[in-house]
Amino acid sequence: MTAMCDVAFLLLSFFILATKQKPPEVLSVQTPNSVSSKVAPDKAIVITLTKDGRTFLMLGDDTKKADILADINKTKALGLTDADMQRWKKQQFIGVPLGQIKAVLEGNKELSPATLPGIPTDTTNNEMIDWVKSITNVYAGTDQKELEKMLLIKGDNNALYPSFRQIKDAFKKNEIYKFRIVTNGEAPPAGSELAKSIAAGTGGDENNK
Amino acid sequence: MAELDTSGGGHKKGPGVKKQVKKSTRVDLTPMVDLGFLLITFFVFTTTMSQATAMNMNEPKDSKDEQIKVKESGAMTILLGKSDQVYYYFGQLDPAKLSEQFKSTNFKDIRGIITEKKNNTPEGDLMYVIKSDDESTFKNAIDILDEMTISGVKPGHYAEDKMSGTEQQLIKQTELANGIH
Repeated sequence: MTAMCDVAFLLLSFFILATKQKPPEVLSVQTPNSVSSKVAPDKAIVITLTKDGRTFLMLGDDTKKADILADINKTKALGLTDADMQRWKKQQFIGVPLGQIKAVLEGNKELSPATLPGIPTDTTNNEMIDWVKSITNVYAGTDQKELEKMLLIKGDNNALYPSFRQIKDAFKKNEIYKFRIVTNGEAPPAGSELAKSIAAGTGGDENNK
Repeated sequence: MAELDTSGGGHKKGPGVKKQVKKSTRVDLTPMVDLGFLLITFFVFTTTMSQATAMNMNEPKDSKDEQIKVKESGAMTILLGKSDQVYYYFGQLDPAKLSEQFKSTNFKDIRGIITEKKNNTPEGDLMYVIKSDDESTFKNAIDILDEMTISGVKPGHYAEDKMSGTEQQLIKQTELANGIH
């Protein structure tokens, strides 16, 4: 009895400690599955595409967030004061059209992504282009490959294709041709070419190199 | 385990001294173990092993003067429509036999078709052209790229393109005929 009890609690403490507590996701996004086996970086530049087609930009901790915000403030002449910028830096998501940012920041309210309109990505007014431009401006001196690794698109399964195309266009307009998609990892289906080549030890997954 | 010495010294023995009743101090551990295992099962089931992964995307550079020439015999065009429908045809669309050429399928069966085409075509000629309809979803676009990886189609042998008017019409017609909303 004692031994079993010990084992039970050892397991219990292991699982409690090993469980990584996910922060509650403000934007619920169901990502598609893929056979890719590379782990997505945590604190990157993530463009989130929700089910209802809204686009959000999240500049992670490891990115030059302050510089990017300052750059877009300058290039798009948003006229934000230092106090506005301080407030903007604290926002986790960017999800308002550029024209409304000043008003939103001066309102000084806690904004929940559920109600934000998202960054406009219409064919006539694709503000994602401006954002990607500012990001490339800030990262201009650094290795292009490093930037490519940080650019992630996290889309919902049910998001429609045109909104994804608009984001791709924004990248292409800024001469970024490589980026990454956040997916749910899954094993290659049994009997497929990929599964065979992995079993044969030839790697196979060309896309993951 | 949890046990205290309750014998109380044990010196006074003999007549006149009341015998102390020994009470067991062993605690019944069963409920605690029950609870422990309940919690273990809970954590085992709630721990998700799946991790977010990143899939690489390579977009071609848009250059007008550099059109990729594709052999008709090696080309397969995959069209993604709404409600997870997949349409495909081989080579170029011939107005005379559209209905023969233009076929519809789904994501389950497309893998077999992709593999069959791959096995029947010399590797140098092979080219899959993927076109997404405005009503297809993000999942479709990622899934079909994933199918390419699964089927071992090498990068450079598939590309995305814009859908032509004829193709859009054909999809509309097929959707109407098949009753897909």
